[in-house]
Amino acid sequence: MKGNQSQSALKKLLYNIADDLLILGHRNSEWTGIGPLLEEDIAFSSMAQDKIGQSLAIYELLHQLGEPHPDTVAFMRNANQFHNCQLVELPIGEYQFSLVRHFLFDHSLLLRFQGLTDSSYEPLAQVSQKLVGELRYHVMHADSFIRQLGTANEDSIGRMQTALDIAVPYALGIFEKSPEEEQIISEGIFTGEQNLYDAWCREISKTTSLTSLKLPELNPEQAITGGRQGKHTKHLQLLLDEMAEVFKLEPGAEW
Amino acid sequence: MYGGGNIFEVNKSDNLNQEDPVKLDEFEARIARGEKVEPSDWMPALYRKQLIRMIEQHAHSEIIGALPEGTWITRAPGFKRKMALMAKVQDEVGHAQLLYSAAETLGKSREQMMQDLINGRSKYSNIFNYPAFTWADSTIISWLVDAGAIVNQLANSKGSYGPYCRALERICAEESFHLKYGHHAVIHLATGTNIQREMVQGALNRWWPPMMHFFGPPDKISVHTEVLTKWKVKMATNDECRQQFLDMYVPKIWELNLTIPDPNLRKNSETRQWEYSEPDWDEFIRVINGDGPCNAERLSVRRTAEERGEWVRKALLTKEAKYVTPLA
Repeated sequence: MKGNQSQSALKKLLYNIADDLLILGHRNSEWTGIGPLLEEDIAFSSMAQDKIGQSLAIYELLHQLGEPHPDTVAFMRNANQFHNCQLVELPIGEYQFSLVRHFLFDHSLLLRFQGLTDSSYEPLAQVSQKLVGELRYHVMHADSFIRQLGTANEDSIGRMQTALDIAVPYALGIFEKSPEEEQIISEGIFTGEQNLYDAWCREISKTTSLTSLKLPELNPEQAITGGRQGKHTKHLQLLLDEMAEVFKLEPGAEW
Repeated sequence: MYGGGNIFEVNKSDNLNQEDPVKLDEFEARIARGEKVEPSDWMPALYRKQLIRMIEQHAHSEIIGALPEGTWITRAPGFKRKMALMAKVQDEVGHAQLLYSAAETLGKSREQMMQDLINGRSKYSNIFNYPAFTWADSTIISWLVDAGAIVNQLANSKGSYGPYCRALERICAEESFHLKYGHHAVIHLATGTNIQREMVQGALNRWWPPMMHFFGPPDKISVHTEVLTKWKVKMATNDECRQQFLDMYVPKIWELNLTIPDPNLRKNSETRQWEYSEPDWDEFIRVINGDGPCNAERLSVRRTAEERGEWVRKALLTKEAKYVTPLA
């Protein structure tokens, strides 16, 4: 890695990614034991585990770059120090919302890591290679459920459409650019949020076009942003308080 | 996780006089030779009934057992514990899926079993009607409740019904990792700071009595189950399982300098049996009949999950949803 500036740009990107993964993995794990059917309970839980594991892999990269231990980073920060998009911090709601969020977010994640396999930061390129293999299955899962529930009957189509309408503006916030964006692109760390957004629009439309769902207009001006700069809904601090409840009893202890 | 207590209630109406004596002899001879009974084989009605009852209760115990520990996933301290607990609880839900499938081979649908669970017609392991107050409670469950379950399930995996035995073999392999995880987490608490030690001792104090209930009432007051033993439905008595559990785990608990809340607990060197204070069996009966600290909550969580997920299950069964082919 060249100069300090590019390292801080790289770190910012890594925090965005790792925080997204941790918070969504945490949210999706809330379905364990109460999923709509056993098979889906197991699948959601499995993907949540993958995401927590993936966030750890990225926090490890940050640790190698001089950031604190992953446990400290994950369990000791406050909401305003988190860089995840707001989409992932919203409560799980009903299953249709969690499923739609999983669909919208995981498509962006797969595309992001596919792009990052060519990153000029070699350790990130290597981790991305591995994660792409896992995320393909997450996207297959999301697509097959969106296709089924988006076509099955009036009730399921209605529920899915409502969830999609609510989630899309938040999903547009995934692609919020950071001040370091140009540097991230010019250094070859990542091809950038605009590129990712364009590819994402194509991918999600492909799936929704096979259903009775109507994809809301994808207008970047309606994006709900702020997450990448540490601005969050009230839900994130509540989530973090719960997550750290035991850890903070004895922060230095081994659990 | 399942301890097997209180599942065998043989009614007077369950007599074998209506069975074809020739077929019954053949059936019993097969079992005596150690052969497995498979779904399409002839079997006495009582055998089918008791197996459905046992496997169904086991499946319910897995899905209800996911709840007290599941609430600690979002609060697990540190990445290592968080990931391990998620995987552990997911395994339990997976066990439920395996077991409901095994019970379905005997003719009762998963939907019917689930209905009987949430309507209170069918039971699950009593121990899950107790609350997991602290993180340490969840680690004690992962260690000792899973340990107890392995004792019972290993015995039952040598039973006579093929699909149940095969499910149990897979389940025991996974449970043995739960046990390692639970032991590891308890060791860290027991050798940790004062707060951690107090937390784990408190959890042990709370979970010891339900753990003594776990294998069911003492043999001398249990329903006689000779025929179920002969048919290799019940493979070990309640007391045998309890003794084996005490033999394996009391020394490990003492090794951690934890105090087991029973001053009378000791191994009699002559009989080589553990002696202990009888837990309150009236409480056991009360809790199993619905009046425990968490019975209502557990069933209400399960009922709500069923209700919230109903539209998904219904939608997946419609013709329009059928065209999606398996992807991998």
